[in-house]
Amino acid sequence: MTALVSLFRRLEGPQTVGRGPVFWGLFAIVLAVGIAYPLFSDGYTVGNTVYFFVWVFIALSLCLIWGYGGSLSFGQTAFFGIAGYGYGVLTLNFGSAYGFTLIAFVAAIVIAALFAVLLGYFMFFGRIAGVFLGIVTLAVTLMLERFMAQTAGPEWHIGSARLNGFNGMSAMPPLTIPWPGEPIVLFADVGLYYFVLGLLVFVYLALRILMNSSFGNVIVAIRENPERAEMLGYDIRKYQLITFVIGAALAGISGVLYTAWGQYITPSSMGMTAAALPLIWVAVGGRSDLTSTVVGTLVVLAAFQALTIYGSQYALVFMGVLLVLTVLIAPNGLVLGAMNWLGKLAARLTQRAG
Amino acid sequence: MSLLELRKLNKHFGGLHVTNSVDLTLQPGEIHCLIGPNGAGKSTLFRLILGEHHPGSGEILFAGENITSLKSFARIHRGLSVKFQVPGVFKGLSVRQNLEIALQSRHRGAELEAEIDRLLAFLGLGSEQAQTAGNLSHGQKQWLEIGMAISLKPRLLLLDEPTAGMSPEETHLTGEMVQRLNAEGMTVLAIEHDMTFVRQVAQRVTVLHLGQVFAQGSIDEIVADERVAAIYLGQAHA
Ligand SMILES: Nc1ncnc2c1ncn2[C@@H]1O[C@H](COP(=O)(O)OP(=O)(O)OP(=O)(O)O)[C@@H](O)[C@H]1O
Ligand SMILES: [Mg+2]
Repeated sequence: MTALVSLFRRLEGPQTVGRGPVFWGLFAIVLAVGIAYPLFSDGYTVGNTVYFFVWVFIALSLCLIWGYGGSLSFGQTAFFGIAGYGYGVLTLNFGSAYGFTLIAFVAAIVIAALFAVLLGYFMFFGRIAGVFLGIVTLAVTLMLERFMAQTAGPEWHIGSARLNGFNGMSAMPPLTIPWPGEPIVLFADVGLYYFVLGLLVFVYLALRILMNSSFGNVIVAIRENPERAEMLGYDIRKYQLITFVIGAALAGISGVLYTAWGQYITPSSMGMTAAALPLIWVAVGGRSDLTSTVVGTLVVLAAFQALTIYGSQYALVFMGVLLVLTVLIAPNGLVLGAMNWLGKLAARLTQRAG
Repeated sequence: MSLLELRKLNKHFGGLHVTNSVDLTLQPGEIHCLIGPNGAGKSTLFRLILGEHHPGSGEILFAGENITSLKSFARIHRGLSVKFQVPGVFKGLSVRQNLEIALQSRHRGAELEAEIDRLLAFLGLGSEQAQTAGNLSHGQKQWLEIGMAISLKPRLLLLDEPTAGMSPEETHLTGEMVQRLNAEGMTVLAIEHDMTFVRQVAQRVTVLHLGQVFAQGSIDEIVADERVAAIYLGQAHA
């Protein structure tokens, strides 16, 4: 019981912006709107919204590794792709009966995490850091993209699942929850929406607790000064590896959800553009804060899509302008900058009132 | 048994013989000062003791155990701790959080908060606790890092120029801090250029010159040693 209380106390802390009744009141309102939203919308639009939510997990993975941990990984898409393909291969082979898609969901994320254990071990214990870490991770994701792109021939299959080269895999079953009577199939509409929303809220809160725990303290300490952190007795490479693996699992969640959502996955999901986009969302939002990352990602994605209607060239220009503005106005992120400003304003107002 | 024993320690940086067959023994409970001109190899010796550099040859014994090939964090667990020459605080975090990170592996919950308060008081940083560490004055950063280093209740505290950037009053306060820690049983090895500080705290002094132990003795013996004066003067003329 006391353990539970101290766990919930960690929802707030120095590592996360937002505290007190005002913040959690807002959180509750946003959540309520999120829950009620499908009631006022049609299935197609709701399915589209799920698509936005899907990307938030990979953004959070970058927030964790880069924003909190200080290691810029340029290749979170590698884990996205591995988990996405993993889900495809597993479900195309074993189908969706008996809740197998849920097992595949977890297994695919575990595969991505195991890959991160291997890669992370070589990087962190081989003392690859800074810009080299970015280069290695980028190289890995581009290599995976190239590799998958040349698997068009019929000889490239795992069990009954053809890899299909550049065109990617498709027709894997959506997530399916076994249910007495009839299983619940989470097509890309209301059902999947609630599943992903629930997962998002859970992951967001869990990460808040993690980052405000003593583990989170060590992670930011390593970002601030790795030498000092080690000289406080922390085995920093172990902490970096664990963070990297958690990050890979988060990117993996995005990968599986994306694959289950659209029932396809292609090598380009691990390509250059795919790798660069999450960096922009996270940088614009505020890489060193979970809430800023979530809000920033959703806002930028929505704006990007709205602009795409007028032509994708405008959307890309917009992204570029946004990134430049961020670097100039609020290098720590536009959303984070705005939240800090609001926080100071609120503090000044309450001071004046009190 | 001695607490720290360096045996014939050698370290080269390319052609530079920066640590030249150094023998040094620290007795438990002493305050030992390491002095020497700029570039003598003092900080490098610390990095060897801490495992950030590895010696080309020689051995490092801590409380009788050969720690020469241990990783840095493992040496910290054995009871070593350090304040670096350039203060290594977590610049972007608050003073309080800096200390929390240092103390959290030994204390939790309400006890942790109480320990942080106690340490803030000891360091005289109570009113700075909410400050971002990067905004502290140089002297305050030194104190903060000393605070982080002693959080671990080390058996041997290594201080690399703890009073650099401090006023004479602050230097004196730091000396008192070191003496209080020593009275509680902490062994201290301090690199220092400020001779007033050395005179205040040192029970024994070792002079390092060109990577070699040049002289050793009480502060009075060292000050009286004309050869020591000569190497400092030689540097001043250079
Ligand atoms: N990582 C390194 N690579 C190459 N040379 C180094 C390295 N670290 C130190 N040196 C050189 O080794 C010599 C000793 O340096 P060290 O920092 O140990 O001196 P010091 O006695 O602490 O001097 P100071 O009093 O100025 O701090 C210097 O000539 C320095 O330039
Ligand atoms: Mg030095």
